[in-house]
Amino acid sequence: MTATLAPHREPGSPAPASSRRLADRVFRIREFGIVAVLVVFVAVTASIQSRFLSSTNIQFILVDATIFALLALGETIVVISRNVDLSVGSVLGLSAFLTARLASNTHGLPLPLVFLAGIGIGLLCGIVNGLMVTIGRVPSLVVTLATLYIIRGADVLIVGGGQVVPSSYYPSFLTISKATVAGIPDLAIVVAVVIAGGAYWLRTYRSGRELYAIGSNPDAARLAGIPMGRRVFTAFALSGAIAGVAGVLWASRYGTVDSTAGTSYELQVVAAVVVGGVAIFGGSGSVVGAAIGALLLQTINSALYVLGVSPNWDQAIAGFLLILAIVLDRLISLRLTASLRRRSARRGA
Amino acid sequence: MRWETGLVVVVIAIAIMGSSLSPQFLTANNFFNLGLNNGEIAIMALPMALIIISGEIDLSVESTLGMSSAVLGVLWADHWPMLAIFVVVAVVGALAGAINGLLVTRVGLPSLAVTIGTLALYRGIALILLGPRTVANFPTIYTNVGIVAIPHTDLPYSIGIFIVLAVIFAIVLHATPFGRSIYAMGDNAEAAMFAGLRVKRIKTTLFIVSGVASALAGVLFTFRLNTAVQDNGTGLSLDVVAIVLLAGVSIFGGKGSIGGVFLAVLAFAGLQNALLLTNFNQEATGLVTGGLLLVSVFVPNAAMFVRSIRRAVTRMTRRMPSEPALSMPRKDT
Amino acid sequence: MRALLRRAPLAASTLVVASAVAVAACSSSGSATPSSSSSSSGSGSSTAKTGLKIFVIPKNLGNPYFTTADSKGTGGALAAISALGDSGTETSGTAATSASQIPAIQAAITKGANALVVSATDPTALCPTLNGAIKRKIPVVTYDSDAPSCRSLFINQASTSAIGTSEVDLLAKQIGDSGEIGIVSAAASATNQNAWIGYMKTELAKYPKIKLVATVYGNDDPATATQVTQGLLEQYPNLKGIISPTTVGILAAAGVLDSAKYRGKVMLTGLGTPDSMKKYVSDGTVKAFELWNPANLGYLAGYAAADIAGGTLKVTQGATFTAGKLGQFTIGADNTVLLGPPTVFDSANINNFNF
Repeated sequence: MTATLAPHREPGSPAPASSRRLADRVFRIREFGIVAVLVVFVAVTASIQSRFLSSTNIQFILVDATIFALLALGETIVVISRNVDLSVGSVLGLSAFLTARLASNTHGLPLPLVFLAGIGIGLLCGIVNGLMVTIGRVPSLVVTLATLYIIRGADVLIVGGGQVVPSSYYPSFLTISKATVAGIPDLAIVVAVVIAGGAYWLRTYRSGRELYAIGSNPDAARLAGIPMGRRVFTAFALSGAIAGVAGVLWASRYGTVDSTAGTSYELQVVAAVVVGGVAIFGGSGSVVGAAIGALLLQTINSALYVLGVSPNWDQAIAGFLLILAIVLDRLISLRLTASLRRRSARRGA
Repeated sequence: MRWETGLVVVVIAIAIMGSSLSPQFLTANNFFNLGLNNGEIAIMALPMALIIISGEIDLSVESTLGMSSAVLGVLWADHWPMLAIFVVVAVVGALAGAINGLLVTRVGLPSLAVTIGTLALYRGIALILLGPRTVANFPTIYTNVGIVAIPHTDLPYSIGIFIVLAVIFAIVLHATPFGRSIYAMGDNAEAAMFAGLRVKRIKTTLFIVSGVASALAGVLFTFRLNTAVQDNGTGLSLDVVAIVLLAGVSIFGGKGSIGGVFLAVLAFAGLQNALLLTNFNQEATGLVTGGLLLVSVFVPNAAMFVRSIRRAVTRMTRRMPSEPALSMPRKDT
Repeated sequence: MRALLRRAPLAASTLVVASAVAVAACSSSGSATPSSSSSSSGSGSSTAKTGLKIFVIPKNLGNPYFTTADSKGTGGALAAISALGDSGTETSGTAATSASQIPAIQAAITKGANALVVSATDPTALCPTLNGAIKRKIPVVTYDSDAPSCRSLFINQASTSAIGTSEVDLLAKQIGDSGEIGIVSAAASATNQNAWIGYMKTELAKYPKIKLVATVYGNDDPATATQVTQGLLEQYPNLKGIISPTTVGILAAAGVLDSAKYRGKVMLTGLGTPDSMKKYVSDGTVKAFELWNPANLGYLAGYAAADIAGGTLKVTQGATFTAGKLGQFTIGADNTVLLGPPTVFDSANINNFNF
């Protein structure tokens, strides 16, 4: 994942072998860091309550984490380009309700079409965000803060006081989130493949790597002839479409959908992305890191429930861990910069 | 046209719309209610404006409000004297702000990420302090802030406090070197630092001021509702940010005025109230709030918007000519 | 991750009742006689003032439970109000918090309300506003959730003690009077949840072999309720039964139990709406649960408010009135009216209900 460290440098550029090796090593450490935290956390929890690692509980955690990992994938693509998408929770809510209705017995739309509808709804929202950010030249924080209100408002207006309940779906809709292969939820496998695909695109494809360039240094990116508008627009469209899919999964997972589904998810998704090591000012970070960040936060949450920690404590602990994660990340990257500077200084001398 | 001039037009339009749709809109009693429901948001908007002008953001204000409310409730239930409680609550607010400020300036973390973290942390502390408890037996002399107007006026106390604070903030921001340095660092943090401004210290101060103001808002909120519960104030942060952006404060920093904030509070509160008094579908209030925010950012961009569309059309090229607007200012360290 | 930034608990949909105290005392005084003919209601309203403006203010808008309780189409509060020749309006905030509900109450007063029908988001926080209404001689009828010190009349959906004890009895029957059980509640601060749980604990003393091992809180959010139920099952592998006295919680718990691993092994009961639970009753995940009819609750509240505002009903203990299709009711101690006993739903009768 050279992308995480030096996004502005093309993978094939002739970087000196020694610093490349160091960078690789640190990279491994950086991705390794969050995995290590995850492993330690799981080990400690399991030593207190062995049932934490029971197959059902692992399934529960994976299914819950997949929805956030998906949202984190879309958010990472946007954040890498030095933007932010605060509307994901509202998009998820709108998509969850509309697709849940389509999957109900009254409409009985086939499953693939339900997913297509979810993608379509999300894509539409993403396109609107993307157009306003690129052509309208409005800061994405402001645009998506406004669409957070507007899409939720539209959702509330459409839903009214209604809700879709589990009894009203055709049976295969609810089993999407329950099917497993060798004890691992199908959903987790599919989402892992999607995330791997996203990671491959960002690392390897020109369009993906240009997002890093844009986020790293917009002026330089423009001078280098990168089509910034088109790239950023694509990032928002993708983020919207992914949130639309997440809405379908949310409906399948939790069954009951009213106008509040996904409320305040946006900040949790940004939190997962930040914990996963993605720089909030763009240009650096990986979707794999963000996905692990989502998994870590979900695991912490589940552990607090399984350990029976007083529910009064879980929010403070989660907030504290989030701050700890970004502080650690900052310290590691400071050390990294310092060691790189020392190296290049030595080479220069 | 200055931004504030546009806001004045908006406020007048809302007043005309409100009074034509409902005869009760321009009554003293309705003004009192309108002010009462928005006093805390208005107070928190003042330091938020300064923070955003300096190029940062504080999303934790609603949780600082909630934490202060919880401290107030717990200590009152413990029979502390009210004066001592006020001191403690102010210190708690200052500490909350100081933690935000130090993490941003000394550790060098982005304020968006830090304050999302403390948004959860401070709310979590409120939850630990109060748990499922509700404290509701505050003395009438204090809970009257939710019922009684300032003598000889129709203004609730919270709005009176807001007006006094607005004057102080306006003087500080627009007429002192401290205020000018806030603009300078929002414009270009590096240049400000080279010019000898103590960027870190000033930003930390702003976060502390925000913490104390949120604590004050927490006290007013608790007394107005005569209730300290752990979820007091949830969801207010984005409202506060929306008001500040509506006020014409640039999310990139370096631009904005207290006069704008004052007018934006009027517009925001007036619109919400007018919608309540007419038979508008309350469920769609979010549509109107979000729409107002969008209009407020699009109007100044309209000329550029039209130009860029025209350019896109005339060039007939597949490549979009415009660059994306950036979401956030660059890190200043 | 749900816990990271928990949204304001939508405690509303759990049918939160604020006043636990008054209820036990008056559980015998309210008598619903659905057989009574609706013509008797005419006698009450014939001399009443009509054309009054009555505002129905649930905890929040967009809440399915209150939509059922309030709507004209379901035969809720607005149906009763318009049947008596008055004009009813439903209004509230979009979040179930007092800060969001209060502006709607103020606006209703400003708009010249003749009566308010309110489900209180908080037992005390609304009081300054509601007392303002009472001072202007606007009667305030609370329903579902009470604000005891600042209302004229409270319409109680069911006796607190009856809810608490009957749910324990339902579950005890299903698990054979022995084993570990857990409770999936709404918000930790929900007054009526805690009151019901208090009565459950008292009732559990009758079943020495049943052990209540934990109470967890799902905050009336489907995702959180799902996670806490999962945590409960993992923490206590020998769990035999779950009581969830909230419509959101019971649905989420049923979704977790709806698998070969748990179906028939962990029993579930509580408060739920028959429409939402049909799937789980028909596939055997849930045997029996209970609820009152929310539309009837709203109807009774709307009717009482219109009668009080119209001058045909004086709020005093022992006063009786006829509420249309629901029959005759008596005002009990602490100016409370009891809707009646809750209905138990099981596979035999669930298809007869539609709410």
